[in-house]
Amino acid sequence: MRPFKYVRAVEPAAAVKAVTAEHGAVFVAGGTNLLDLMKEDVARPTQLVDISGLRLSQIRSAGGRVSIGALATNTDTANHPLIRQNYPLLTQAILAGASGQIRNMATNGGNLNQRTRCPYFYDVSMPCNKREPNSGCGALKGVNRNHAIFGWSQKCVAVFPSDMAVALAALDAVVKIQGADGKVRSIPIADYHRLPGDEPQKDNILRPGDLVEEIGLPKNNFADRSYYLKVRDRASYAFALVSVAAALETKGNTISDVRLAMGGVAHKPWRAAEAEKLLKGSAATEANFVQAAEAEMKLARPLEHNRFKIELGKRAIVRALQMAMRGGRDRV
Amino acid sequence: MAEEFDELLDFELTDEEKELLDGLAELTELGESRRRFLSQAAAMGLGAAAINLIAQEQLFAGLRAADELDIAPIAEENAVAVKFKVNGVEKSLTLDSRMTLLDALRERLGLTGSKKGCDHGQCGACTVIVDGRRVLSCLTLSAQCEGKSVTTIEGLAAGQKLHPMQSAFLKHDGFQCGFCTPGQICSAVAMMDEARNGEASYVTPDVRNRPRAMQLSDEEIRERMSGNLCRCGAYPNIVTAIREVHTGKPVDAVAWTFVGGKEDTDASI
Repeated sequence: MRPFKYVRAVEPAAAVKAVTAEHGAVFVAGGTNLLDLMKEDVARPTQLVDISGLRLSQIRSAGGRVSIGALATNTDTANHPLIRQNYPLLTQAILAGASGQIRNMATNGGNLNQRTRCPYFYDVSMPCNKREPNSGCGALKGVNRNHAIFGWSQKCVAVFPSDMAVALAALDAVVKIQGADGKVRSIPIADYHRLPGDEPQKDNILRPGDLVEEIGLPKNNFADRSYYLKVRDRASYAFALVSVAAALETKGNTISDVRLAMGGVAHKPWRAAEAEKLLKGSAATEANFVQAAEAEMKLARPLEHNRFKIELGKRAIVRALQMAMRGGRDRV
Repeated sequence: MAEEFDELLDFELTDEEKELLDGLAELTELGESRRRFLSQAAAMGLGAAAINLIAQEQLFAGLRAADELDIAPIAEENAVAVKFKVNGVEKSLTLDSRMTLLDALRERLGLTGSKKGCDHGQCGACTVIVDGRRVLSCLTLSAQCEGKSVTTIEGLAAGQKLHPMQSAFLKHDGFQCGFCTPGQICSAVAMMDEARNGEASYVTPDVRNRPRAMQLSDEEIRERMSGNLCRCGAYPNIVTAIREVHTGKPVDAVAWTFVGGKEDTDASI
C-alpha cells in the first residue's frame, strides 16, 4: 500500500475542506472497499479523511419519509424498526450483500460509492478505461460472464455491485449531498449512478469534495408485497449474477403500482421500466409476469459469455414478482 | 492442561502422542512459541491424532501471556498515535497510517491468534470483535480504532476456562487444520449476540416481524456464518458446535469411523 496521510474530521464542513485542500485526498468511513482497492494499488489516495466520527448515522422518520444517514452501518440500517417495517425490500437487499462482518463495517454512503468488482478493473496489469482512461476495456472481448447486458458502451461493460442500491432504485430514493461550496442538493437515485458512455471512470455524479449526507426514502404502499431476489454462483457471500428488487401494490388482483429494478446487469441499478409499464394496471398473473419479463429482457444486449443472463433475468423477474405477491415470505 | 485435553478427546492416543501432549502443557506454561512447537511436532513425524492436537492448540492461544512486541520500526511514515483497548487492556501505539488492525495485533501486540488468510476481506480468518460487533481486522485501519475496544480469540477465555464456543468447537471437531478457527469462533460469538438482538438475515422468512431473540435454524447459522470460509470443509461440525451453544442443548459429538480395515486407511507416501 502506498503511503498516505490520515486525518480525522469532526464535522462535515471540516471534512469537505480537508478533502478539497489536497489533490488525491478521499473520504474513508467503513473502508471495506477502499482499503481493498488500496492494497491492490487500484486506489492511490495521498490522504484519507476519516469521516466515520461525523454525526451522519441517524435513521429517522420525518413528514412521512424516512431518512437514513450516510454513516449508518448497513447492519444498523437493515435492522432498524423503521426500515424493517416500512421498507422490508431494503432490509432484504442489504442482507443479501457481503457478510455479517462487512455489513457491520460498511456504511450506506460507502455502499452507494463502492467500485465495480470487474476483474480487469482490479488487475492493474490489465487495460481498464474505468481505472485508467483510454487504456482500453479488457472485458469487452475478454472473460465477460459477470458483466453487463444493459447500457454498456465500447469503453466499459462493468456492472455496479451493490444490492442496497438496487432496492433504493426500486424505492425511488433521493440522495442528499453537501457540495464543496457548502450547498446541499438532492439527487434522485436514478440520476445518481451513471451509465459508462465515454467516461467510465465516473461511476456517479459526485463532484470533488461532495459529501453524501443521507438517503431519503419516500412513503409508499409496497411493504406488504415486495421481495429482493439475488441469484449468484454460491448460496451466500457472492456478488449477484442477476438480482431483482420487486415491489407491488394491488387492488384486488390488479396491479395498481409496481417497481422493478435489477442488479448485476448494468453499470447502475437497472430500472426495468418496460416491464413496469406492462404490469401497471394489469392482473397479477403468472402469464402477465412472464410477458413483462420477456419484454424487458428483449432489450438486453449480451456479451460473448453472459447470454445466460437473459433467460436468468427473465425467470428472476417472474420469481421475484411471485415472491412479492406472497408478501416476500415463503422462499421457494 | 493435558487433563483437559484427555477429557475432550475420546480416541486412543499412542505413547508418542501422549508424550507430545504432556509437552504441550509445558510449552504453553513456559510461553514457548507455537511456531517452534509446530516445527518440533513436524520433525517428529506425528500421526493424524497428534496433528489434530496441534490444531487444537490454536484454541488455547489465549492461555499464553501475550506481550507487546518490542519491534516498532525506528521511523514511522505518516505516523498516527492511537489508543484502544485490546482484550480489556489499554494499548497506546504509534503506527504507520497504513497499518491494519490485523497487522497491529499480530506484528505489534504479539497476538497471532487472528489470522491473515486472504488479507482482502474474502475469507474471515481475521475476524475480531470491535465494540461488540464482528468485523474484519484486515480491512480495518488501526488509526480508525481510536477509543475502541477490541476482543480477539486470545480474549475470549476467562483465565483457564474456555469460552463455551471454544469448548463446543473442540467437542465437535469444528476444524481440521485450525487456521480459520479463531475467526470462526470470534464470528460465531458475536453472531449469537446479533441473534439475541433479533437481527435478521437474508434467509429470515419475515423481516418485518422483529422478535426479541431469534431461534436460529441450521440454514440461518450457515447464512450468518458465510463470511467465514473453511477450506478443510469442517462446516457441518462448525454448525453443530454453534447450534449447541445457541440452543444450550448438548449435542452428542459424532464418532467418526473409517470405512474398511486397517489396510484401507494406511496411506503410504
